[in-house]
Formats: sequence, structure tokens, C-alpha cells
Amino acid sequence: MSAPILEVNDLKKHFPIHGGFFGGTTGYVYAVDGVSFSIARGETLSLVGESGCGKSTVGKAILRLFDITGGQVVLDGQRIDDMPSGRLRPLRRRMQVVFQDPFSSLNPRMRVRDILAEPIRNFGLASDAADIERRVGDLMDRVRLPRDAVGRWPHEFSGGQRQRICIARALAAEPDLIICDEAVSALDVSVKAQIVNLLQDLQKELGLAMLFISHDLAIVEHMTHRVAVMYLGKIVEVAPKRSLFAAPKHPYTEALLSAVPVPEPGAQRERIILKGDVPSPIKPPKGCRFHTRCPYAFDRCSRDEPVLRQTEEGHWAACHLHDRPAAENPLAGERGAAVIAHH
Amino acid sequence: MALLEVENLQTHFRGADGVNRAVDGVSFEVNSGETVAIVGESGCGKSVTAMSILRLIPEPPGKIAGSIRFNGKDLLKLSDREMRDIRGNEISMIFQEPMTSLNPVLTVGRQIGETLRLHQGMNKQQAEARAVEMLKLVGIPEPERRVKEYPHQLSGGMRQRVMIAIALACNPKLLIADEPTTALDVTIQAQILDLMRDLKRTVGAAIVIITHDLGVVAEVAERVIVMYAGRKVEEAEVGRLFRNPRHPYTQGLLGSMPKLGSSLTGEETRLQEIPGLVPSLKKKLDGCVFASRCAYATDLCLKVAPGLEEKAEGHIAACHYALKESVAA
Repeated sequence: MSAPILEVNDLKKHFPIHGGFFGGTTGYVYAVDGVSFSIARGETLSLVGESGCGKSTVGKAILRLFDITGGQVVLDGQRIDDMPSGRLRPLRRRMQVVFQDPFSSLNPRMRVRDILAEPIRNFGLASDAADIERRVGDLMDRVRLPRDAVGRWPHEFSGGQRQRICIARALAAEPDLIICDEAVSALDVSVKAQIVNLLQDLQKELGLAMLFISHDLAIVEHMTHRVAVMYLGKIVEVAPKRSLFAAPKHPYTEALLSAVPVPEPGAQRERIILKGDVPSPIKPPKGCRFHTRCPYAFDRCSRDEPVLRQTEEGHWAACHLHDRPAAENPLAGERGAAVIAHH
Repeated sequence: MALLEVENLQTHFRGADGVNRAVDGVSFEVNSGETVAIVGESGCGKSVTAMSILRLIPEPPGKIAGSIRFNGKDLLKLSDREMRDIRGNEISMIFQEPMTSLNPVLTVGRQIGETLRLHQGMNKQQAEARAVEMLKLVGIPEPERRVKEYPHQLSGGMRQRVMIAIALACNPKLLIADEPTTALDVTIQAQILDLMRDLKRTVGAAIVIITHDLGVVAEVAERVIVMYAGRKVEEAEVGRLFRNPRHPYTQGLLGSMPKLGSSLTGEETRLQEIPGLVPSLKKKLDGCVFASRCAYATDLCLKVAPGLEEKAEGHIAACHYALKESVAA
């Protein structure tokens, strides 16, 4: 196997909370607390979880939009988390991002042509002005927007078209890795399908690696090769797509799958309705972070923190249940079909 | 007689650049105790329909025409005062944003009590006691303590529960829920949908749920109305609509949704796209509103708007070509 394009080792990001009379640090938000994964060239890894689980923070930490608290981020063999910004700059070209809101992520005072030309100029990718113009035209083709729209302003486009512009801008830098942070979440169903198809086509055509951050499990299942599920700043399960959806090995993943409404009226499925809310990442629970909501929790779960262990080839889960004999492990079998519903 | 009868509802907004026909001739009925979903994408007029029923549309620039009969009374003919007696009492509403629809400076108990004191003439103590009961009903733990708390002390899911408690406090006959779970996480959404199903059984109010999520529709609704560009394009019982959608737009919507579990069944196909964009609501369209995006459109569709026709028992659609059988897929 070739070396991964991205490796994240024990990534930590703790945000200080300022307060008190002198504005000192009174605590930390443990947004990301020891996350490790890697992405191969041309692979899509999805990061799923609910709001506040730290999935977006992981994306931003990789992009070095802030400095991390601990751990390593390695892009194509080079450690970038502690690299001085001057040396990092050329490497930034290789990882680009598409954000959720196409309305706020385009400068309203720049024409599409200038938006797309900016990264080309910044990274010195074009030989002359004609080359820039040619590249901008090619990018418009790639994202299936009319070439003659380059003279227009962002407000003249619909949400889906703007997201195409954001994707074109990300592609302009000729990256190896694209981070999509809820890139299709704000779009309407029919437009979402257009953008999902576009991203899949581009990935195949260009061999891009993708980190797809999303809370929408159905889209993730459609898009991804592998899935990592996050809960309260930790990865609780990571597996190839089919393995994860067919046989979730963490109770949180199982509950997530069972909670997604499926467009099949009267579908017979087992429902696992989690009690309560996600605890605060300021004071995460001791032991397993999920034990306060876990339907299968037992005494050990509130004491020891489980670590990720391989349950089968490529399938990792952090749950004490797998230390028990299969008869006492509710997640031993293939539980996916039962909670997703099938006929 | 149906509980709610909306007939030829037209809600238009006059703007500097013309009239926006947000809702353009929508008719439907809701029976007592029934759950009806109105589904469609942004800008289809589903929320404006809901707001029109409660007359929450500012007039001007808005203008509501048609008739909305609730229990036989035409709501559009009532005075503002009579309308106030109905809002929050016989018809109540839950909005999408539990963060912004609660008053941040009042305790949740006071906000639940407000409608009770206004509509049911309760005094402060009675209202508070009932508020505690309501919080218990919507599944909030320690209601006696929570009733004295402010919205910022509650999580998003709990706030939505409070919104539901407020909406149900006066035992309404009709509850309108506008995207009640859209802002919530999926595990919390499951809790709230579960709660709504339970409450429907215990309280017995009719529910109109407005959503863009066909998954949510399948989970809670009995009958579905599909809206597109300010019109109703299809209506059917929920199972029928999902099994055998007649309108090409409904078919497109269902086809553009990835299905959870697709990797298990090997049904991983490319998502169906609906090409193009929703037409501007400012121009008067002669033909079918969906014609510009429809794969089956003919000259007839561009010239003549199809009327709503019964394509099968209790299943109506506005399409020239959706005959007794499904349009060729």
C-alpha cells in the first residue's frame, strides 16, 4: 500500500475558557481529545457525529486554521502541525476546503473570475494571464457552470451554483486532499443530489482524497469509502463503509443508524432512542464518554475508558462490550439491517 | 366536515420588483386527529401556507386570499381580536428555531403559563402548576426545577420540548409544526419525533407538519401534500405516495435522496438529479410549474397548466401524463 496522503496522530485541541475577575483561564473545552486516522490517496474518509462532537474542529486543525494542543498532522510524509508558516504555505495548496454555507464563503465583491484566479495566482500555477483565463474556464467546465458566467458576482447565483463555485475554487489550487465540512448540508434535496454527484465525479476524474465531514449518514454512506464516528471529541468507531453499516460495533453508531428517519412508511426496524443530551465537552464523563447515554452500559464503563481495538479486519471500535463473550455482547452480530429497516 | 378546509389559498407579496406569488391557489383539508405533512424544498411556499393559516403574514406587503375554514369559521374574515383568541388556543404552532422562538428573559414556566392565563383565565398559581404538568408530559426530567429556568439553561432538544409544551398547553385542536426537528441532531430528532407520535395518541390534536425531509414525513404523517413553486402538485396517503408517486417532481425528490442501508442491499446507484432551478414566482406561468425541469415535458405542459386530478383513489396529482399508472420511470 502506498503511503497515506494524510495521517493524524493523537490530535488534541482544547479551547481555553476565559472567565473570572482577571479573565484568566478557568477551564478547557475538550473539543478534540486524541483522534487518530489516515486517509489514502484517492480515498474518501467520512467523519460523522452530532453537533459539538469535534468533527469540524478536526478539519480546521488539519488545515491549520489554528494551532493544535497536541498530536501530529502529517501531510504526505511531512509533519505540518509545527511547521513555520512560511514553509507551510506551499503545502497549503495541497489541501483545500469547501465549507457548509456557500453564501458566506464567497467574497461578495469579487467576480467569479477573480475568485477562481486568486488561488492560481497565489500559488503561481499559471505561466501568464492567458493561462489563468484558460484555467478559470476549465474549472467552470469541471463544475458544470457556463464559462460565460465568470464575469458575474456571487449574489447572481443560487445556493447550489455557489457551492459549485466554492468547489471550483478548491480545485483551482490543484489539491491532493479536499476537506468538505458539511458541504452539502445547507442545500435542498434535489440540489444536494447534484452536488453529491459532482463531488463523486470529480474524485474519480482527479483522484482526490477527501475528508467528508457530515452529520447525514445516508449521504455519507453514499459518498464514502470509510467512516469514522466521533462522540465528544473521540473517535468511537472507524470502519470500511459496508462493514460499519452492516455491523456497527459501537452502541453510539448503532443508535445513530436507528435514529435516521428512512423514507419508507411503516418500515419495521428496531428503534434505539437515546436518553438525554450529549454531555458537555468541558467536563466529559469519566470512563467511556458515552456511558451516560448507552443502553448497554455496565459497571466497568463508568470506570475505564475503552480504547479503539480491531474487531475484524479494518474495523475498529472503542467499547468494552467486545471483551465479553459473544452471548453477552448485543453488538456481536450484524445489527445494521435490523436498525436501518429492510424488507 | 373537515377540521380545517383551505380553499384556493393565495398568499402574494408585493415587492419593488413585482408580485411574489409565494402560495398560488392551494387547497387541502385536515381532519380531526389526523397528521398531514406538507413537504417541499425551500421557497415552495410550505411555510407561508402555515403562516397564512394563522394569519401571521404581515399585510401589507403580504395579501392572503381564498378561504381558510377552521371548524366552519372562515379565519380570513375574523377580526384581529377574534383571531388572537384562536392563536395558541385552538390552533397553535411550533417553529423550527427553538433558540429564537423562546423569550430569553422569561422563565419557561412563565412562557407556558402565558397562554393559559390569556386563554383559559387561570391565575398565576394554576398556570404554574399546569406548566409543571406540561413539562412532565413532554418528558422533561425534574419539571418542578426546570419550570423556573430560563431558555439558555436548556439544551436545544429540551427547548423544542418546551415549545411543544407551550403549543399543547391549551389543548389545541390543530397543531402546526414548521420544521420542528430540522435544527436538531439526529438522536434528538428521534426523541422529538417519538414524543410527537406519543402525544398524538394521548392529546389527539390534528397535526400539520411542514418539512423538507421525506424521512420525517414517512415517520409521522398519514397523508402527504407535496408542494412545488407555490402550488400543490400531489397529495396522497403516505404509503401510497412513497410506493407509487405520480408526479415527476415527487419521483425526482424520492430519487434524489440517498437511502440509508444502500451499501447493504447493493442498491448503490447514482443519485437522480432534478436538473435546473425552481422558476421565479414573480412571473405568471402559463404551463405546468415543473415543466422547465421535467424530463417528460411536452408542448402541452409548457402551454397548459395541468389541474389536480384524482389518479387513483385518494391520490391526486397535477400532471398531464400521470394517468392511472405511474409515469414511465
